[in-house]
Amino acid sequence: MATEAHGAEDGGLVFHPMDQFIVKPLFGNGDVGAFTITNVTLWMALTVVCIIVLLVFGTSRRAIVPSRSQSIAEMMYGFVYKMVEDVTGKDGVKYFPYIMTLFMFILVSNFLGLLPMAFTTTSHIAVTGVLAMMVFLAVTILGFVKNGAGFLGLFWVSSAPLALRPILALIEVISYFVRPVSHSIRLAGNMMAGHAVIKVFAGFAAIAAISPLSVLAITAMYGLEILVSGIQAYVFAILTCVYLKDALHPSH
Amino acid sequence: MATETGEVVKESAGMPQLDFSTFDNQIVWLLITLVVIYFVLSRVALPRIGSVLAERAGTITNDIAAAEDLKQQAIDAEAAYEKALIDARAEAGRIVGETKAAIQVDLDKAIAKADAEIAARAAEGEKAIAAIRDSAATSAATVAKDIAKDIVSAVAPGKIDAKSITAAVTAKMKG
Repeated sequence: MATEAHGAEDGGLVFHPMDQFIVKPLFGNGDVGAFTITNVTLWMALTVVCIIVLLVFGTSRRAIVPSRSQSIAEMMYGFVYKMVEDVTGKDGVKYFPYIMTLFMFILVSNFLGLLPMAFTTTSHIAVTGVLAMMVFLAVTILGFVKNGAGFLGLFWVSSAPLALRPILALIEVISYFVRPVSHSIRLAGNMMAGHAVIKVFAGFAAIAAISPLSVLAITAMYGLEILVSGIQAYVFAILTCVYLKDALHPSH
Repeated sequence: MATETGEVVKESAGMPQLDFSTFDNQIVWLLITLVVIYFVLSRVALPRIGSVLAERAGTITNDIAAAEDLKQQAIDAEAAYEKALIDARAEAGRIVGETKAAIQVDLDKAIAKADAEIAARAAEGEKAIAAIRDSAATSAATVAKDIAKDIVSAVAPGKIDAKSITAAVTAKMKG
């Protein structure tokens, strides 16, 4: 796929670590329009299929003593449910389906992206940016709807000395608006960097002397990436919970 | 790498992530995906898993309660058994005592009856012995009279009547 995009090269090392992230139409070579069926479409559809298989078909028997797939689905459910309940409290539980949706989408996308030749949808800032902005907007609107102007108390640190409060408020406001940026770039950056590094190591494998080391490095990176995939999905979800808690209970 | 530069520039500085021409496509498909996932989760998967978990928790609670109940029943049954055993022992003791007393009464009665019978028999026996003694005495007198008659008739035949001999023998025997 890499050589296709760049044309054949005359020997030597071939590094195209970023080619794996190119969005391209699945059928034909036309431009990428809004509704063009692209590799993004394919891998997001696979994400949906995986989630349905795991959470819907996996639990179709509704067994009291769960099968393997059912216990995985129950584990996911219990994990996210407990996280939402612990972080946001009882009144945050009604937002559990939204957080579960985000968590499952990111988790499954991350893991699907680890398949060889796969396209990692969550490595794109467009995707994670939309996810983060959705969380940011939802949380901000919810905060004002639930607390009215009291939501601004989030920026007014009442426990600090009065002289410091305006400065702290400024810092709080900046940090509040930086949230979606860090929220999205953290996920996209983690996914992109790991995949790119693996590709770079793979490029080195062309040199016979280095290839054993390269394979070893790829293996190690792959293990790390599996860890990162799970952790980043967890981090995204728990930060969403934290922001949600701020919206529901803005007082520090 | 130098030969690539031209092409890399064409692909928006080598970062497909910053190729804004694909953003609308990604965002459209992302939103569709999220909506689909959200509906699948909120309509089907999450209620189902939640109900299964609740059902399991209920079953476990019920089972524990049932086990507690059965344990209590077992304890009760054991207590009842112990009590029944103690009652049975007491009852058995009472019955043994009663029976002993009844037997004692019967025995006393039987002994008394036997004693009475023995006494009656003894009295009868004594009477019989007395009768025998009397009849023996009478016989002796008769024999003595007969012998006296014989002797008298032998000594002085036809001279002395039987009456006087009898009277004499009777007088002699009384004396």
